[in-house]
Amino acid sequence: MPVDETVNPVEPFLRSDRMPHIWCPGCGIGTTVNCFARALIESKIDLQSLALVSGIGCTGRVAGYVKLDSFHTTHGRAIPFATGLKLANPKLNVVVYSGDGDLAAIGGNHLIHAARRNIDLKVICVNNLIYAMTGGQTAPTTPGHATTSTNPYGTFEPAFNLPHLVEAAGAVYIARWTTFHVRQLARSMSEAFSKKGFSFIEVISPCPTLYQRRNKMGDGLDTMKYYKEKSKTRHGAPTNEVGLTLNGEIVVGKFVDRDRPDYEAMMRGQYVEALGDRYVECGEMVCS
Amino acid sequence: MLIIITFSSGRLPFLKGDPVAKGTVHIVVERCKACGFCVEFCPTHVLALSSAFNSKGYHPPHVIHPENCSGCDLCGMYCPDFAIYSKKVNTGGGK
Ligand SMILES: Cc1ncc(C[n+]2csc(CCOP(=O)(O)OP(=O)(O)O)c2C)c(N)n1
Ligand code: SF4
Ligand code: SF4
Ligand code: SF4
Ligand SMILES: [Mg+2]
Repeated sequence: MPVDETVNPVEPFLRSDRMPHIWCPGCGIGTTVNCFARALIESKIDLQSLALVSGIGCTGRVAGYVKLDSFHTTHGRAIPFATGLKLANPKLNVVVYSGDGDLAAIGGNHLIHAARRNIDLKVICVNNLIYAMTGGQTAPTTPGHATTSTNPYGTFEPAFNLPHLVEAAGAVYIARWTTFHVRQLARSMSEAFSKKGFSFIEVISPCPTLYQRRNKMGDGLDTMKYYKEKSKTRHGAPTNEVGLTLNGEIVVGKFVDRDRPDYEAMMRGQYVEALGDRYVECGEMVCS
Repeated sequence: MLIIITFSSGRLPFLKGDPVAKGTVHIVVERCKACGFCVEFCPTHVLALSSAFNSKGYHPPHVIHPENCSGCDLCGMYCPDFAIYSKKVNTGGGK
């Protein structure tokens, strides 16, 4: 593509006619999309092979803003939809881009089973620690003592530590960054594209409107400064040590990068073993 | 319609040793929501929020130190609204 000085390098990946987007001033979701677009440029991935699937929520809106084959599924069902896509057309690179509530609450069961089966999906989870779109209710990721619209006197339930959860379930690649770590995040996204199996990238992201405001943490920029100050990069950190707290340190980095056969390979292996020559792989799917 | 205001920062040095910009910054004023990310995280403090308004009432950034721009495009990566980006200047001198 010739370099056009008057166009933002990420413009070709966006549905420009839908800009400006709905996200609030200082919301981090746009920054993650920006990093994602740069990862697409860097990795030189074939855009024709790429599909992006989102669930419902502010983050779920990503599916509507990218100029890629994308689908905005029902709440919590991005992973099952993406699983179907991948099984029907194994050559696709399937990205799931959704929020913490969508992926870990209503969609939590799909998350752990897709990781267990090691389905070849790249999951990008924008974790703003809250159900943002619906008004700031407590999510399974909300850290203890945070004030939310459903816990006006503070939360008291233990939160999920998502990297630990998906590691236990079987994910092969797990990284966490914040929206402050733009270069590292883009690099992790590119790395996940070249990894076979269930990859999970958690991005801690500000929701100034519903999370930071209620917790007197300032605006988006204040939150970015907090990320800068309180993040510690620890590649390979044991995931049981990376749980988040209300005001504490945020451990970031690449926690897990391991190999094990993905769903397709396990299925083929089993059928070849059981059926021998009688097992014939079906040819390419033809859509007419 | 997008209004793109481009701040070109390719000024020549007045004196030998003066810094010369290595990048140009482009600001899509109408998309900006004035979050301040680009201003805060520009490593060489090239930007500041201006007192001008866009049509939504936000104060977009403007360039205050063009000579310091390295063309690193960090501002472009941070922007949640795809409203700013930079390009490296081809200095031609191979230096
Ligand atoms: C079946 C169903 N239940 C509940 C909802 C309401 N709902 C919409 S978005 C959402 C939570 C989204 O949270 P998250 O995935 O973290 O996204 P965010 O808005 O924080 O980016 C909920 C509960 C719905 N749309 N559908
Ligand atoms: S409500 Fe929160 S997550 Fe949703 S767009 Fe606004 S800042 Fe972003
Ligand atoms: S390109 Fe780099 S140096 Fe230039 S304004 Fe942007 S962040 Fe600052
Ligand atoms: S980062 Fe983007 S939206 Fe925020 S102030 Fe800069 S140009 Fe405006
Ligand atoms: Mg959320």
